[in-house]
Amino acid sequence: MDKISVELTVNRKKYKIKVEPDERLLDTLRERLNFTGVKEGCSIGECGACTVILDGKAVNSCMVYTFQVDSSEVITVKGLEIDGKLDPLQRAFIDYQAVQCGFCTPGMLISARALLNQNPNPNREEIKTAIEGNLCRCTGYKQIIKAIESVVKKDRSE
Amino acid sequence: MEFTHVNKSEKRVDVYEKVTGRAKYGADLNFANMLYASVLYTAYPYAKIKKIDTQKAKKLPGVVSVITAKDIPNNQFGVIIENQQVLANKKALYIGDGVAAVAAETKKIAKQAIELIEVEYEELKGIYDPIEAAKDDAQLVHDDLENNQVVHHPLRKGDIEKGFKQSDLILKREYSTSFIEHSYIEPEAVIVVPYQENSTVTVYGSVQNPFATQNAVATVLKEDLNKVRVVQNQMGGSFGGKDEVISSMAARASVLALKTERPIKLVNNREQSIKESYKRHPYKMKYKIGATKEGKIKAMEIKAIADSGAYACQTPFVTWRSVVQATGPYEVENVKTDTYGYYTNNVYTGAMRGYGSPQVIFAQESLMDELAVELDLDPIELRLKNIYHNNSITASGQKLDNHEVSLKEVMTKAIKKSDFTEKYRKYKKEVKGDKKRGIGLAVSFRGCSLGAEAIDAAGIILSLKKDGSLSLYSGLAENGQGLKTVYCQIAAEELQIPTEKVNFMEVDTLISPDSGSTVASRATLIGGNAVKKAADNLIDKIKDYIAEQYQQKKEEIKLKDGFIYGKKDIKIMSLKEMAVKAAMEGVYLTTYGWYVSPDISWDEETGHGNPYFTYVYGCQVAEVEVDTATGEIEVLKMTAAHDVGRAINPANVKGQIYGGVSMGIGYGIMEEVVTNEGYIESTNFDQYLIPTVKDMPKLEPIIVQNPDPSGPYGAKSIGEPTLELGAAAIANAVFNATDKRIRSLPLNLEKIIVGKNLSKGGK
Repeated sequence: MDKISVELTVNRKKYKIKVEPDERLLDTLRERLNFTGVKEGCSIGECGACTVILDGKAVNSCMVYTFQVDSSEVITVKGLEIDGKLDPLQRAFIDYQAVQCGFCTPGMLISARALLNQNPNPNREEIKTAIEGNLCRCTGYKQIIKAIESVVKKDRSE
Repeated sequence: MEFTHVNKSEKRVDVYEKVTGRAKYGADLNFANMLYASVLYTAYPYAKIKKIDTQKAKKLPGVVSVITAKDIPNNQFGVIIENQQVLANKKALYIGDGVAAVAAETKKIAKQAIELIEVEYEELKGIYDPIEAAKDDAQLVHDDLENNQVVHHPLRKGDIEKGFKQSDLILKREYSTSFIEHSYIEPEAVIVVPYQENSTVTVYGSVQNPFATQNAVATVLKEDLNKVRVVQNQMGGSFGGKDEVISSMAARASVLALKTERPIKLVNNREQSIKESYKRHPYKMKYKIGATKEGKIKAMEIKAIADSGAYACQTPFVTWRSVVQATGPYEVENVKTDTYGYYTNNVYTGAMRGYGSPQVIFAQESLMDELAVELDLDPIELRLKNIYHNNSITASGQKLDNHEVSLKEVMTKAIKKSDFTEKYRKYKKEVKGDKKRGIGLAVSFRGCSLGAEAIDAAGIILSLKKDGSLSLYSGLAENGQGLKTVYCQIAAEELQIPTEKVNFMEVDTLISPDSGSTVASRATLIGGNAVKKAADNLIDKIKDYIAEQYQQKKEEIKLKDGFIYGKKDIKIMSLKEMAVKAAMEGVYLTTYGWYVSPDISWDEETGHGNPYFTYVYGCQVAEVEVDTATGEIEVLKMTAAHDVGRAINPANVKGQIYGGVSMGIGYGIMEEVVTNEGYIESTNFDQYLIPTVKDMPKLEPIIVQNPDPSGPYGAKSIGEPTLELGAAAIANAVFNATDKRIRSLPLNLEKIIVGKNLSKGGK
């Protein structure tokens, strides 16, 4: 089958690429563009390790074909950092020991960032709903919630 | 004791790369000229392989190599008993057995090639119940063995007949547990590079135990150990699960790498992972307990049967921990325990966080509550009459006299914090409506580290660089739990330098000292002691050098805040200046620390001895709400008190508690790898459900610290104790809420509603 031309903006940089018709956004990001911070855990949209922000929304990149999202804008964990400055969520994950093995961390951070972009003042239930699709087997989620809440509280005080 | 780095919640040393996505896990690695491997699995759980035709697959453009069992130099490996097939030879013994493996230019071609391999099977009727497998006339899972028994561990103490005669009440109960999937979020990945430098193969990937994998690959290739190099990458979780399955994958990829002389990447998807990887052992347990009417336990008789699946894997050791801990932390004069493992054609079972303890704790802690009900005693009162305290004698005859036996302390703290006593009474009363609340608890003692399973020693190399930074080489490996951080903190504490000046070098069998496996919650205890020793040896060298060069008395030299002080606390120079001078003068500032655990003993015939040199104690309290109309169980709160000896990093200890409790909740009410005649039905996270953030209750961690004489700064273990108590505590809480006793895990909906399990015949 012929490849399809696609234009994608990933982490604020434009890419013109040719992709396979059955190429998932996850494959494009990891293998074609080398954004290996996006992780593959289940391939069926259940674990959230491959979550990216696609045109403002958190989506599982394993569930999307790249050709379907032509002209879209994608943010991966790498894009959370701007000019070497960490996103406040990244700082908070460090400070609150919200990381153990780290494999779910990129997806978790992305889901939290997508939430805060849409709703800068979420309550605990809303935070839980935002990361409900991100499985973590190490942390029991508690330090993750606290980390996200700390960023919310900081935003409030500013 | 005042510390600078230890006992403080310092940030993880590996966290920056993890939050930025820079951390490289196995699947993130690529090598030039690399090929992709894929494995063809058997179509049947138990089948004779009559013919494998690989011609079509080999002819597919892009396919470079196809291998079957006959291409494997030595097709069997194993840590304890070498009977795991790298690829199924004459017979496939379980549904995850590989039959052939392919190396191709792309993943897609490798997958296509797999579908072109034609295998002629003769499907055989397998054996899927360990009780059936135990029968004298049972068919054999392994043709070359006399029977299906993997192992039998007996333990005899006192005279149980006498003990039961002295009892006013005797209870007999049966309990069972399920297959559990580790559910590390990162599926297994290995990359094998052939002929790199002087190594025949170099294995990279999500390797939990680099030395175990080195052994397995060397055995399979019939190669010297020093020609097989294993380098660990970031681990996306393991929980005991990335050992034999990784060794098997590494062995397959190694054979392909040598055939093709190109790097081979082999990454499992989730379905492959769940199908192929070993599980937590399901147990069937019969408990008989006798007690006086006052509540003193007089005798216990226990028989536990573990399903080992197709291979021995870790069954001999898993069931050994069960035999040591089966009576729980209770003084019982008369004990007869037998634990067994049997081969079946189910998925094989091995190490998983807890390692033979969660099963027996579920049984024995449920039983204690059942006994309390029968004796009309409060569950706490009954426990307090029987629990271990200082100088208690265990079932194996060990006197607990070398550390603080803090069971009462952890119980008291957890009970108080959870308001157990009042809630227990309140919830016991009949309430109207479908939603009923309950509270329950469970306690445990747990032997730290390997115990009498194997030699228990670990090594650390510390190398002070001439800029004052310190390299740390460890044989024990990070699994995500925080080992790197703990080791760096200990080295920093001893040398009085900032923790960020210590760099944990990745575990690489090329240089790391073989320290056995990172298992059994032994890393802080055993490896931590080795870090301390290496650091003390380094300090000793530094002091020798300063004493000689600067006419100081060795005993007056001190290290503090990165500086070296001499007589009257006069600052001599910085550690960095010293390192430069020492380097220029040919003084070698690299040291080794080797720690061997204190003596232990075990008599395999009688089950007598001192199986572990120290123990940890824990108590967890679960509060639940059960909807008796729908059967839904919601865990509202978990309180977890654990004596860790000393928390090297309290935030990390809490993280272990939260994560372990979460896994315990999964074990208690959610998780089960459903198998049907050897086929696995729950092969991904849409069917195998693990706790999400919404399944998590309020968590109340209580860190108890009674420094242990054998631990670094008194530190012991935390990883596994956190997971072993939850299911039992929840089962007891469900009883408190509903008066329904469920004796099999997971506690499921229909069991709650009707009080028995319809689908399995019920008890």
